[in-house]
Order: sequence, then C-alpha cells, then structure tokens
Amino acid sequence: MKSLTAFIVGVIFAVGLGIGGMTQTHVVKGFLDIFGDWNYALIGVMAGAITTHGIFYYFIKKRESPLLDVEFHLPIRHDLDKRLIVGAALFGLGWGWGGICPGPGIVGISSFDPRFFWFVGPMLAGMAVFKVVEKKIFG
Amino acid sequence: MTYAIIGGVLIGFAVSIMLLFNGRVTGISGILGGVISPRRGDILWRLFFILGLVFGGFLIRLFHPESFIQLTPYNVSDYVIAGVLVGIGTLLGNGCTSGHGVCGISRMSTRSLVATGTFIFFGVLSVLLYKWLRGGV
Repeated sequence: MKSLTAFIVGVIFAVGLGIGGMTQTHVVKGFLDIFGDWNYALIGVMAGAITTHGIFYYFIKKRESPLLDVEFHLPIRHDLDKRLIVGAALFGLGWGWGGICPGPGIVGISSFDPRFFWFVGPMLAGMAVFKVVEKKIFG
Repeated sequence: MTYAIIGGVLIGFAVSIMLLFNGRVTGISGILGGVISPRRGDILWRLFFILGLVFGGFLIRLFHPESFIQLTPYNVSDYVIAGVLVGIGTLLGNGCTSGHGVCGISRMSTRSLVATGTFIFFGVLSVLLYKWLRGGV
C-alpha cells in the first residue's frame, strides 16, 4: 500500500514539476539570474507548493499517526551545523550551474534529452561516493 | 505565472498525500539516498516513488511536451559538474528543493529555511559565475 501511494505521489509530483516549469533548465536558470533577465515565475511554484502543503500540514500534524504507518517520520533536528550550510551551498552551486535539481532530473529522463542522463548519472555517483565517505568521516 | 502556481499546488498536494498516508517527507534527494544505501524493509516505496516520477515524465511528454523544451546550451561537462555537486551537496545538507524548500518551509523548520536561503544564494552566485565564464545563461 505504501508503495502505491508513493507511486501516485511521484506521478502528481512529476506533473507539478513539469507544468510549473521546473523541468526546463532555462526557466530555473532564469529564476536564479536575478541580476540579469530575471524570470520570477518559479516564485509561483514555491508559493503554491508551500501554501498548499502548509495548510494540509496544519491538519495532518493533529493526527497521532499517518494512515499507513504507526508513526510520522519527520526530521526532528533544530540545530544549524556546518554540514547543513556547506551541503546547501554545494547543492546551490550545482543547481545554478545546470539548472536542474534532483526531482526534475529524474522526471527529465522520460524526455530522453541526454542532458538529464549526464546530470542524473553523476548525481547518483556523487551520492554513492558521499555515502561511502560519510561512513568513514561521520561514522 | 498561472502554470507555475498550478504546478506548485500539485506539488504541495502530492507531498501532503505522502505525509498523510506514509508519514514521510517527500524529499527527492533523501529518497534517492535511501535507495543507494538501503535499509532492510525501507526500499520498495522509494523505488515506486521514483517509478512514479518517471511515469509522470512520460505523461508530460505525451500531454504537455512543451515542459521538456530546453533553451540552454548542451554541454556534457556542465551537467556532469552540476550532477556531482547536487549529489554530494544534497546528501551533505540533508535535502534539496523538495525536502527543504517545500516540505521543510511548510513546517517552518529553521534548518530548512536556512538551507533554502543558502542554496538559492549560491544558485544565484553560480549563474553569475556561469555567465561570466561562458558569456551567457
């Protein structure tokens, strides 16, 4: 059952990314190009997503547990550490450089545009290398 | 802008279904990371989610192919660099646009607010650097 909901969520999420413009590298780069020919459309995606989920979250968090699990699996940390900042900075540099973030990268595979393969392959490789190094450094 | 808002609402709706039914944050990088180093009994839903993303991509291809028109130049090395940075950065920083930017901010998480501000700031910086080196977006 959890796999079925995950699949449905994936489909709706992908369609949202596509309609919102997140699967187009020039739209994403245009959003980050605030000192150039700024394309602010993606503010609509962020605002639409945060408003919608913010309202649903308010009601869902009143529940003791989700419908298909015994407990919620939400992040509990509140501290700011170097890892968070450096990680977000590296991600931002990559996001601006290619105009693709992880979700649209996976969705873009279906377009057969080779740029998505050249993005997703190294992204997964980077993740795999990180997982190995992480165990050595952070234990 | 209308399309952007509709897309955003769909994304917000999707992550809400995930939270209500599975009790999970829909963070793409986190879900991918959990496939790369899987824990027992915690991989199937992740694979189905990714399958859903790919299937959604096919729906876009069929019904809204404009969403896959790309106007930036195609340089293999740029996407390889971008991919590696995104892969390492999202796992190091525990999240990407979806996990921190949408789910985290909706929960008013301080960590996610700071992370989102940081990756947008460095995204802007990266586009500036790219334009300076390559002479165009």
